[in-house]
Amino acid sequence: MLLSRVAERVYWQARYLERAENTARLVSVFSALLMDLPPGTKLGWESLIQITGNEKNFSERFKLAKERQVIRYLLAERNGISIIEMLAAARENARTTREILPAEAFELINELYFRTRDKADAGVDRGKRYEFLADIVTECQQFWGLMAGTMIRDSAYSFVRMGRSLERADMTTRIVDAGSSNLLPDLEIEVDDPESREPYENILWMNILLSQSAYQMYRQHVREPVKAEEVVRFLLQSEEFPRATSHNLTTVTKVLEKLPNSSRVKWQTDKVRRLVREADINALLNHGLLHFYPHLFLSRSAGDVENLLRRGLLQYLDNVQKEIAKVHLRIAETWFQHNT
Amino acid sequence: MRVNWKSYNPGQFFDELISSPGYARKPARRLASYLSSLNQDDLLQKKTAAELAIKTMGISFTVYSDAGNIDREWPMDIIPRLIAASEWDRTSEGLAQRLQALNCFIHDIYNEQKVLKDGLLPKELILDSGNYRKQCMGIKPRGNVWAHICGTDLIKDRDGRFYVLEDNLRVPSGVSYMLENRRVTKRVFPELFDSNYNIRPVTDYPTELFDMLASLSPRQVKYPDIVVLTPGIFNSAYFEHSFLAQQMGADLVEGGDLVVEDDKVFMRTIGGLALVDVIYRRIDDLFLDPSVFNKESVLGVAGLFNAWVKGNVALANAPGAGVADDKIIYTYVPKLIKYYLDEDPILPNVPSFVCVDKAERDHVLKNLDKMVVKPANESGGYGMLMGPQASKRQLAEFRRRIKANPRNYMAQPLISLSTVPVLGERSVEPRHVDLRPFILQGAGSSYVTPGGLTRVAMVKGSYVVNSSQGGGSKDTWIIEDF
Repeated sequence: MLLSRVAERVYWQARYLERAENTARLVSVFSALLMDLPPGTKLGWESLIQITGNEKNFSERFKLAKERQVIRYLLAERNGISIIEMLAAARENARTTREILPAEAFELINELYFRTRDKADAGVDRGKRYEFLADIVTECQQFWGLMAGTMIRDSAYSFVRMGRSLERADMTTRIVDAGSSNLLPDLEIEVDDPESREPYENILWMNILLSQSAYQMYRQHVREPVKAEEVVRFLLQSEEFPRATSHNLTTVTKVLEKLPNSSRVKWQTDKVRRLVREADINALLNHGLLHFYPHLFLSRSAGDVENLLRRGLLQYLDNVQKEIAKVHLRIAETWFQHNT
Repeated sequence: MRVNWKSYNPGQFFDELISSPGYARKPARRLASYLSSLNQDDLLQKKTAAELAIKTMGISFTVYSDAGNIDREWPMDIIPRLIAASEWDRTSEGLAQRLQALNCFIHDIYNEQKVLKDGLLPKELILDSGNYRKQCMGIKPRGNVWAHICGTDLIKDRDGRFYVLEDNLRVPSGVSYMLENRRVTKRVFPELFDSNYNIRPVTDYPTELFDMLASLSPRQVKYPDIVVLTPGIFNSAYFEHSFLAQQMGADLVEGGDLVVEDDKVFMRTIGGLALVDVIYRRIDDLFLDPSVFNKESVLGVAGLFNAWVKGNVALANAPGAGVADDKIIYTYVPKLIKYYLDEDPILPNVPSFVCVDKAERDHVLKNLDKMVVKPANESGGYGMLMGPQASKRQLAEFRRRIKANPRNYMAQPLISLSTVPVLGERSVEPRHVDLRPFILQGAGSSYVTPGGLTRVAMVKGSYVVNSSQGGGSKDTWIIEDF
């Protein structure tokens, strides 16, 4: 039977690796947008900090939230949250569970860490960034392939899978965050004119899909042109797409069936799953607050209303993230209490 | 950089590969000519490949320093060290013989103490030993074996013969590096692993270790639960603990993962408590159980010692086994072999002087600048005096220490350690080596690794081979004679 301490470490190893990969994906959305947006538009780099939930920590270190600071902060800094730090944490967790992982698994993470560390400064430069981020994503995927192809399906594997799926479910909501409310108001374009905004919005959502390796899959399965509500629905609610939040929560419930004493974790996971599956995306995007609180909007300008509408989805995503965090708490209470 | 054996000169020392400049010893001829056939690019590429493999495979060890603990990559020289099988087979018998006698001795000490009653060695020597555990009196572990895993250090003198330098019976380390060195060499010199060189494989060790540990299980079940107990990630040998657990498919546990209830040992798992049968412990005796030994220990498990005494769990090595791992007791081992086994020792000791004996002490004090002085219970090369290299002040300090506590010191004349070639910056150069084979003794079986871990003093002229003090290592090949 798997040691509680080891369960905790393999779980975190998976989470950190997944978080590193998704951070790389997030940064690459922004970097790709840079190239697609018309001259004169400015990206709100600080929203990347908000999306990853690090406003306080960031503002203690930097006055400005421009491209260079934000990228350095998320890629290369020794600050506990950059990609390099997450890979270091994944490596340390793998190093302390080598006895249980396939031998090549640690070697792969070890190499990924050293290579990324050595290239991190170059990755801050725009010229090398794409390659830098793409390599991280590819090697993380290689890791999951190695695990799927070589690790025995025992409870250690269950914890790896659970950590990865939970982290991915959470990170996908943050990627949707990046697309919805955080990004647009910061684009210096005419928000009052929905028609001039539309092409840029589509570019934005296309890049979001691309960052999740989801563009092609979306086109094949949704068959609608790229537009906000369909993309959000796809990324949150698809049961078939492996990076969608709903798909990953379902994976967690499947894993739970194989683990002892899992009822409390299962209850909380089912709660989040319902929250995600039953959400009315159109309402959140278009009606949201307006539907429930029409009086709020009587004296507002069109731009204000736009912001408030978007906040409907933002708050909803926040709530989903909180409920996912509670799944983790239940997991920790149930299986990681090894030193008491 | 090219290998030119004509300019390789080991001088007055016994070199194991090259008998005189330009001439390789017989078993090494093929290796020597192969190496000199490589051009600079080949050599550099192989050296780099080895370094890269070590880094990727995460083969590391930890160095303690003021700046914190640093995880370093394992230093390995790519030129293997060769030993002829005929020479090794005899050595191997000698090692097994030695461990057998040591186990008889430890068991005797903790039970009848015949050896003391017969006056073979003074009683005080045992009772004063820092490694004697009075709590172990009267205990009879399975098969009367206490030291299940032993790392014995061998050296070659100018005569080219193996001598025993010391026996490590507490928590000897290094075997994982022996295995990893071979893996790296196979990657670097695949062309040498063919039918022309018959190199004995070393990969069996984890299986042998597992079988030996399983033979100790108190529960007679087909698959006893075996764990490796580590002090944790900050220990210098953590890599090895993890490696051996991985290779054996055993759980790697820390003290906090274990709990004792009703004198039985359990580990905390995701499904609750699970019984443990055998513990391969890599924690020193004194930290094993805070309720019996060091009260401050947070590494160990309260109640573990009692669970062992009751026979509910096996500990390898058994607590107290270190009583024979004492540099003073070492000097008696040839006598102990004769006493317990009625056989002549196959392997000689390095000539030694015990300072507790007046005549021998006087000899040591008079010739201190020619001696290597060792404290009884230290390991890792700490607390030693290298007479020929010592300053006047160091000599005076040791003179004082020896007089103040003669029981704690023994001395040996400085042995002219043999050399082997290592790949330096520009050419091959001779460096001093020792060898640590690993010997297993279970309930009714024994095993000796073919070869062992070769440690090299990487600094020219140095005798210090410890990795914690700048030593390196080599793959060791036992090759069939032809």
